[in-house]
Amino acid sequence: MNRRSEVLLWGAQRASAALLALCVVVHLVTMIYAVRSGLSAAEILGRTQGNIGWLIFYAVFVAAVAVHAPIGLRTILAETFNWRSRGLDVFAGAAALTLLMWGMRAVIAVFGGGAA
Amino acid sequence: MKNDFRARSHPAYWAFIVHRMSGLLLALFLPLHFWALGQALHGAAQLDGFLRWTEHPLVKFAETGLVLLLAAHMTGGLRLLALEFLEWHEWQKTLLAAAAGVALVAGLAFLLNLV
Repeated sequence: MNRRSEVLLWGAQRASAALLALCVVVHLVTMIYAVRSGLSAAEILGRTQGNIGWLIFYAVFVAAVAVHAPIGLRTILAETFNWRSRGLDVFAGAAALTLLMWGMRAVIAVFGGGAA
Repeated sequence: MKNDFRARSHPAYWAFIVHRMSGLLLALFLPLHFWALGQALHGAAQLDGFLRWTEHPLVKFAETGLVLLLAAHMTGGLRLLALEFLEWHEWQKTLLAAAAGVALVAGLAFLLNLV
């Protein structure tokens, strides 16, 4: 990967980190509050089902994670195993797509699922 | 060798290790987290079936660990952003302790509400 792309990844890692910091604070507060009386589908879906605000929040959260985590994994693999070939970039790209798809599936599930 | 030892006994080195390990473990946990929430696609009962499993004390213990990892990764990341993007100030030396403290508070608050 050329230097310009490395700089872009560095910037994307930091920008997604800043966004994730906000998302994680909201997520932590929500979790700490939600587990007070035990987790249940009714509690989770009662909060998220049909709620556009939570849909947007979790969609942004997942998108930021799908950018942030694969870049971090790529750095760890490159530094730990000295893996710096094209295969590493393919792996990171595949990880990003997988997280994005699985994450969005989960977002859709808690927004619109639970009816059955 | 002496320099290596000194560098690795510095709190900033341990902050680096915590940030790296927490990031790695959280990235490995994410697919499981997404799969679990995806159970809602098959109905609330299916999601409840999974959530009953999380009532096990060992799972609660692991959940608390994950919350601690998430909080530590966030506060450690904010510390890194402050070091990279802000002009250097003496107070930045205390960020490490503040990051650890806030992460512990989050983990303890989760645990206290969970049990």
